[in-house]
Amino acid sequence: MIDTSEKVQRAPLLGLYALLVFGFLYLPIAVLILYSFNRSGVGGFPPKQFTLSWYGQLLGDRAIWDAVLNSLEVAGGTVVLSLTIGLLAALALDRLDFPGKAIFRRIVLLPLILPGIITGLSLLMFAVFCGIELSLLTVFLGHGTALISVATTEIFAGLQKMDRAQEEASLDLGATPWQTFWHITLPSLRLPLIAAGLLIFTLSMDEIAVTFFLIGRDNTLPLEIFARLRRGITPEINAISTIIFAVSVLLIVVWYQIRVRTVGQQAQELLERPSVSGG
Amino acid sequence: MYSRAYKFVISVPPLLWVAAFLLVPYALMLAHSFWLVRDGLLVHQWNLQNYAKLFHNPVYFEVLFRSLRIAASVTFLSLLLGYPLAYYMSFHSGRRKEFLYQLVIIPLWVSYLVRGYAWKTILGSEGVLNGFLQYLHLTKEPVSFLLYSPFAVILMLTHIYTPFVFLPVYAALEHIPRNLVEASHDLGASPRTTFFRVILPLSLPGLFAGATFALVLSLGDFLAPMLVGGPSSIMIANIVQSLFGTAYDWPLGAAISVCILLLTVSLLFLTERLEQRWSFT
Repeated sequence: MIDTSEKVQRAPLLGLYALLVFGFLYLPIAVLILYSFNRSGVGGFPPKQFTLSWYGQLLGDRAIWDAVLNSLEVAGGTVVLSLTIGLLAALALDRLDFPGKAIFRRIVLLPLILPGIITGLSLLMFAVFCGIELSLLTVFLGHGTALISVATTEIFAGLQKMDRAQEEASLDLGATPWQTFWHITLPSLRLPLIAAGLLIFTLSMDEIAVTFFLIGRDNTLPLEIFARLRRGITPEINAISTIIFAVSVLLIVVWYQIRVRTVGQQAQELLERPSVSGG
Repeated sequence: MYSRAYKFVISVPPLLWVAAFLLVPYALMLAHSFWLVRDGLLVHQWNLQNYAKLFHNPVYFEVLFRSLRIAASVTFLSLLLGYPLAYYMSFHSGRRKEFLYQLVIIPLWVSYLVRGYAWKTILGSEGVLNGFLQYLHLTKEPVSFLLYSPFAVILMLTHIYTPFVFLPVYAALEHIPRNLVEASHDLGASPRTTFFRVILPLSLPGLFAGATFALVLSLGDFLAPMLVGGPSSIMIANIVQSLFGTAYDWPLGAAISVCILLLTVSLLFLTERLEQRWSFT
């Protein structure tokens, strides 16, 4: 960590380079948003005539809103499922020694590290093998399982920062492990759980690579958009993309703020090392 | 300290869930790769035909090498963009650090599809970039080679994976004790020497981690070629996807997936070794 009193050396050239990288990261999104308000549609330069008509068209688009509802259902279920399993897994990794612990940890994290197609196809084969028909349920199971990885790492980080003294005091004073869990452990994990939930919700709403293989007749929002893209670009897609972007940014900023407050600045163990070997 | 029941409840459900819904599916993929399809039906008959097919048909190798080339380019470009950015933010950004960090985190998590779509609207022959070039009178005719090319795939994937590379590099740079850097300066090393002899070696674990992320994830990508690539940028995962779709040969698709999986796992293993070797703690 940098000592904040330290004088920061100026590096104008490097600063310019950093600015260009930020330009590269944000320019495409800025263009996307700009053209969602362009009357003559996507393309051409400069954009002429401001309009909200694409948003109006979006408002009346039943298929999109059905897809949004489907995505919300899946994402809601995913948050509950992956937080539940992730919480237990994080507790087990934090507090227990059991045979195969190292392997368990690796397997939980695999969906985060492997290309989505591998996880998606494995789950597809599993569903077909078990005779489960593809539907939003399979998408939910896929998201829920894949995102246990995120839940576990996020909650694990929270547990590592947690003050164990309270739990020990509770147990010493004769509370049962269950009482301790409900009255001490869970409340003190409230913020990490909320933060993890927000991130998982965002990721599930946006997920496409795993969903691609598990989808049945009802589309999620990203798959509905993807299907339309094959037919061509319309400004309506710019409009819905702009909304997705705005909502995602909001959720991610809130997630990040909570995370910084609870587990501190080094909020990204999750992605620091792909293998999370603990080494 | 914890009762047996407590231990049971926190460990058994996640172990079972992960075994049933991750381990078994991955194992099933491995099993499929040793089965075959006959008359449009899956036959559970153990054999090595799928792997033999992969080795005898040069098309698969060709596409695999193309995917590796694309993934390597993406990794290189993401490092080229991500490393200096991380270096600037860790050493020179001062009080704006926190804000800038969030600016990188946002594109990391925000919709893959939205960002891919943005490039599609920019690069198309009727797209924003062509409009811009014609507006500046740099070109008269629309430039059509931008979209539906390996270039577009590399550009889009670099856009996606630069934040992935940035993150571990930044974390590694932040962990470098600043007194080491000061000591180097005090002992008369130029900033250049300090960078190459002190900072860069100490940030290598982060660099390896980030590079692996970019390489592995872009290697297995099938959506970017579908969105912005053309026939000339079909990647290995697109072949898998078509084998699971219209071509209907799951066992062969599974065999390719297993190869991707093995490649990925050995890359991860290699980086872990490298990280440990270069880790100074």
